[in-house]
Amino acid sequence: MGLLNKLDNPYDGGGFVLARVEDVLNWGRAKSNWYLQFGLACCAIEFMALNASHYDLMRFGCIPRSSPRHADLIVISGTVSLKMAEVIKNLWEQIPEPKYCLSMGSCANAGGPFWEHGYHVLKGVDKILPVDVYIPGCPPRPEAFFDGMVKLQAKISKQAIFNKRKRIAEEDAKLGLPTY
Amino acid sequence: MTSKEIFSILQEKFGDKILGFFEGDKIDPFVNILPDSIKEICMFLRDESGLEFDYLANLTGMDYKDSLGVVYHLYSIKHNHYFVLKVTLDRTKPMLPTVERVWKTANWHEREVYDMFGVIFSDHPDLQRILCPDDWEGFPLRKDYVAPTEYHGIDATPNKLK
Ligand code: SF4
Repeated sequence: MGLLNKLDNPYDGGGFVLARVEDVLNWGRAKSNWYLQFGLACCAIEFMALNASHYDLMRFGCIPRSSPRHADLIVISGTVSLKMAEVIKNLWEQIPEPKYCLSMGSCANAGGPFWEHGYHVLKGVDKILPVDVYIPGCPPRPEAFFDGMVKLQAKISKQAIFNKRKRIAEEDAKLGLPTY
Repeated sequence: MTSKEIFSILQEKFGDKILGFFEGDKIDPFVNILPDSIKEICMFLRDESGLEFDYLANLTGMDYKDSLGVVYHLYSIKHNHYFVLKVTLDRTKPMLPTVERVWKTANWHEREVYDMFGVIFSDHPDLQRILCPDDWEGFPLRKDYVAPTEYHGIDATPNKLK
């Protein structure tokens, strides 16, 4: 946005910015994805490395939160067993809107090595919650994760917020759900 | 001490509770014993001077199709020797005494064998599933196990290749 340049000369055309509310809100949301501090299998090891100083995930505005009520983002980093699937669904439902989901690695995308014979594995986390970005790899390299993060930010920057509550209410009315 | 020597000590002490000694070139030599005497034999192996198997390196289950089995891998830190015990169990009523009182390690291993093969360890202090959820149906590592297609309403069918 070139905002920083405006700070150099606040009296000459600076000091004010004209922008759409939607853009400003989306900008804030895209650049401060606080994620739920939780990991599942071997992908979680890669995810931990991402958080350390070498790859420094925090420069994306990502801060780990221990409670789903503080989180904006859930990273499904690993194999989702059926036992865990219920827990993940529970966690997801506790995250307040707007919320996003990154599916990290082949296991979370489609069952990974267990895609056919894993009796205890959920074959893709998208069977229980909506996924925004799929990151392929077993496990994905940190660079691949960053690519997914950039894609998520691009997606958030484009989301429509205007009249969202009205639209949701209309959709709910069509489905016969109660409105709040 | 070699497995052969340990086998002859056991045979002398327990007689026909020891079913046989097997030696192959690909696998560790092992001794087959009667399931019901597993606890006293393990106690003896642990406490007898000269044997002193103070470490249960592994305890696992087997499915031999017409029967089930449990395998015990023992190691003595003091004498640096190994020993393998095997028992064979009736598939319809797989039951044998626990060795949890002999080596504490056996507690979780036996729970795992119960979880995966449905082997009942009598007198086990806490025989419940350890990996699968408590309400899981069937024993996954049995050869006739059929994987579930759903769990609590969650679809668990395999993905199809398009
Ligand atoms: S995708 Fe690969 S690295 Fe990631 S959890 Fe599955 S098996 Fe482990």
